[in-house]
This record gives sequence, C-alpha cells and structure tokens, in this order.
Amino acid sequence: MKLRQYLKKRIVPEAIDRQVDRMRKVTGSLGHDPWGFQEDAAKIGMTLVRPVHDYWFRVDSRGEDRVPDEGPVLLVANHSGQLPLDGLMIGYTLANRAPNPRLPRAMIERFFPTVPWLGNLLNQVGAVLGDPANCARMLENGEAVIIFPEGIRGSGKPYRERYQLKRFGSGFMRLAMEHNATVVPVGVVGCEETMPAFGNIRPLARWLGVPYVPVAAPVVLPSRVLLRFGEPMHFQPDPEMTEETMARHVDRVRNAISDLIDQGLSERERVF
Amino acid sequence: MENRPTLLVTGAGGALAQQVIQRLRTDYRIVAVDFREEVWLGPDVASYRVDFQKRGFEDLFRRYRFDGVVHLGRIMSSQGTRMSRYNANVLGTDRLLSLSDRYGVRRVIVLSTYHVYGANAFNPALIDESYPLKSAGLSMDLVDSVELENLATIYLWRNPELNITILRPCNIVGPGVRNTISNLLASRNAPVMAGFSPMMQFIHSEDMARAIETAYRQPHTGIFNVAPQDWVDYRDALEASGCRPIPVPSVPPVLPRTLLRALNMRRFPPYLMDFFKYPVIIDGRQFAQRFQFEPERRLETIFRYYRELRYQS
Repeated sequence: MKLRQYLKKRIVPEAIDRQVDRMRKVTGSLGHDPWGFQEDAAKIGMTLVRPVHDYWFRVDSRGEDRVPDEGPVLLVANHSGQLPLDGLMIGYTLANRAPNPRLPRAMIERFFPTVPWLGNLLNQVGAVLGDPANCARMLENGEAVIIFPEGIRGSGKPYRERYQLKRFGSGFMRLAMEHNATVVPVGVVGCEETMPAFGNIRPLARWLGVPYVPVAAPVVLPSRVLLRFGEPMHFQPDPEMTEETMARHVDRVRNAISDLIDQGLSERERVF
Repeated sequence: MENRPTLLVTGAGGALAQQVIQRLRTDYRIVAVDFREEVWLGPDVASYRVDFQKRGFEDLFRRYRFDGVVHLGRIMSSQGTRMSRYNANVLGTDRLLSLSDRYGVRRVIVLSTYHVYGANAFNPALIDESYPLKSAGLSMDLVDSVELENLATIYLWRNPELNITILRPCNIVGPGVRNTISNLLASRNAPVMAGFSPMMQFIHSEDMARAIETAYRQPHTGIFNVAPQDWVDYRDALEASGCRPIPVPSVPPVLPRTLLRALNMRRFPPYLMDFFKYPVIIDGRQFAQRFQFEPERRLETIFRYYRELRYQS
C-alpha cells in the first residue's frame, strides 16, 4: 500500500488520475473490488502502459466509440502473440477514450493466479480469473469484459498460422444472452508480429504447469497494432435454443471479427 | 415465575458469544455453556462448564426446556488437536442437535465459517451459498468445519421443526476476538506469502453479534453467508492495522509448507497457508436482503481499533 501510494504520487499524471476517477467502479471503502481491482494500482498501470501503447505499438484504433458507455458489454476479440498484450491494448484504448472512458475487465488464464506477484498485479489493474461465474457476476455489475473465445488455441499458435481464427468456444454467447450483454466484435492486427513463435516446447510447458512455452524471440517486437471495433450485436435469450442455433450465433461473431481483421490488414501499411 | 423464552448459547467464553448474550439477555432467559470454562456473565445468566458428550449436558435440556439454541461453541482450527476438534465440533454438535430435537427446541442458529469453501487459486469471487464445499481440498485440520456444516444441513432438512439457520461469516475481528486473523492484525509483524496478497473480507464482532441476533429473531431458515460489501487485500489490511508484513518464501509451494510446519507458529498455521495465498470472497447479499441486515462498522473503523490497540500496548 505504501509503495502504491508513493508510485501514485510520483508517476501518475493528473490527467490519468482524473480519467480513472471518471470511470465509476463498484469498489469498497478502501478502493478495492471483490476481484482485486484497486483504483490507485489501475492509475499506475495506465501510466505505465501509456508509452507502450503510444510509442512502442503505436496503436491505431477505430470504432471504440461503438462500445456502449454503460451496461454489460462483451468485447470479443481474436487472440494472438503469446502474451496477453492484445487485451492490454484493448483495455487501455477504452480506458483512454475521451468522452466516456470505460475500464474493461480482461479474463485471464487459470494459471495466472498461481504465479507470485504477477497474479496479484493483474488482478489489481482489473484482470480477472477466466471463470464463467466471474464473468457472469461482472456482467451483472454492468461491466465491460474482454473475451478471447479462442483461448490459448489463439494466443499460443505458431507464426505460420497468423490471422487464422481458431475454434471459438460458445460460453461467451450463453453469458451474453443470459445477461442481455451487448457483444462488440474486435479485430486485432499486429499482435501476431509482437512475438512470432516457431514452435512450442510441450514437455517444458507441462513441467512448468503453463499452457505453452513458445520458441520465440525473447523480446516483444515493436509492431504497429491496429484495433478495429465492430458494430454492437445483440442476441435475445431463448431457453429453447439448440446447440446448433448457438453455434450459428457464435459464427456470426466470428465472421464479424474475421472481417475486422481483414479490414485492419488491408489498412496496415507496414508491419513495424 | 420466569416467562421469557429460554435460550442456550454455546461457546460463552468467546467474545462473540458474550456480545450475542448482551443483545439477547433482556428478551430471553439465557443459559450460557462453554467447554473450556465457567464464565460469569451476571446474576441473570446461568453459566456452566460442560462437555456436550457427557450425560450432564442432557440435564440442562431437562431442567431448562430450551426454546432456542445459538451454537457458537466451536474449537477453532488454531486450537486443540485434530481429535479434540473433531469430538467437540462434529460429535458435540451432533449431540446438541439431537438433544434439541428430542426436547422440542424450535429455533437453532449454527455458526459456521467461510473456510468451508476452501482457498483455491480457481475460486471465483462472490461465492454464493450454493457453491460446492471443498472438503477434499482442505487439510485434515479444517475438514471438521465442513463435517459440522454437513451435519447441521442434515438436521436442517430432516428436522424442519428445529428451524435451523446456518451462518457462514467471513473473518470475524474486533475487541476480544482471538482467532488467527485477529491475532495477526493485532501483532507488530505478520507473515505474508511473498508475491500473494489475497482479497479478504472482515466483519466486526459487534456487527456479527447483531447478525446472529437478527437471524435468531427472524424465522428464515437455511444457509447464509455473512459478509459486508467491502473488500481489501491481506497486505493492505495488515498495513492499515499498523502491522508490518514479513514475506515468507512462497514458491515452490512445498517450501513455505515445510517452513511453517518446522516453525509451527500458532498464529500462522501451515494448514491455513492457502487462505493467505488465494482469495475466498463470499457474497453476503442473500443474508442482507432476507434479514434486512447491514454491517455498521467500516473497514477503517476495524483497522483503527487494531492501530490503537498497538499504540496502547
């Protein structure tokens, strides 16, 4: 707490301080929420991510104003680049949105909470264990949640399969219907090139208890990142819905993301 | 002739029980029991040191014909041996509930704990009452709390006339409370697992006593979490209480477990280690809505008490 207060005082500019204050979060009397989000930590996090967003990845985002200002939202995106940098960039973009900022919550892989320091740090800046119960609760609270339906199939894929969407899970669609959440498809272009992987050391990953250990450059490359937010989609709940209909709905979102990726790729002038 | 309803309160030696008795003594004729000591609670409260397993316990039911039971007498995980805890918490509760049934008790409150959910890296936040209990994931030192709950739940459904309400509170802290977390907040230095600082919830003992009183006075039966809508991480809680966190190596997991076993610290027992690594955040909204209950004391008030306690000492 003391270190956090010190850092906040020393590094957080007034503009970010005010920006985070404008995003009304349901927090307790000491600034925490049940998932570990902490207002001051979020301000420090935003301060540290800003140069990465602006100068390292030079993020070019379009359509973020399509994300509703309030109410439950699922930001559904393609996942890539070994590290969850895509979630970080989407989150920062919306938190930095000028008229109505929102700090979306990213659902993280289940092994993160077991990693010392990192698990806590991610929770403090708003990331949450990827559990359907957590997602449901956050939608009930009217939060915006970032979802990668490809999961590790997407983030851990090798470079040769870049921009090929993997199978989408259907859990997000059920949650969207149950909680009447708006689905906003997001196409991410550029994160595939941040850490191109040429293989996966499976035995080492098993031994470490992590989803994959990529054979990749040990640095994050400064590729340009393009974020394209699509038109909001609404799906009416139907208790009689069959798996087939559900799969068709998921495909609609998947196709929308695929179109947004194509749009981003055609607009990208150079990779770095 | 005494015409107030008679109420048996167990665990009378504890600070919480005494606060509950204080709240109920004007409307109820209280009989207080404790397995550790006979506690003087004033001339209007009959107090006994009693072992639930002994025959003398039944004599109390014969003599007083209790209308209700508030069962707060648990040996906490930091006290006694596994066997003594099992005898008191599980077998003792079984005897208490079976006597309650036999002698026509019409209202029972059982105090459980949030520990029954188990601390696990994959726990979602805001766990509600229907979430599975992780007895398999708990150590032998904590499993008696799950068994106690299962037993109370069996009576809840099998003997509806007992009108049982089971309360699962978050960390109870405040003046006189001697559980693990309260002792840690009151100490100058407290261990933390390096790199972990789980979210926690705290309820002041006065608020918890009021929750028990409220539950007793209303007829709703069932299982309820009791926790405020306020959260703080363990490290911040320690610092806000004026306590210095001392990191204990946390990886690989076998290291802190071995270290804590070797040190055998009562105030930071190895079997509670996971509760200082992973969060168990419960949702107390169902209790709050059903019983119209809201804790009055905020976290700042709770931590100020510990700061002042240290200053006085």
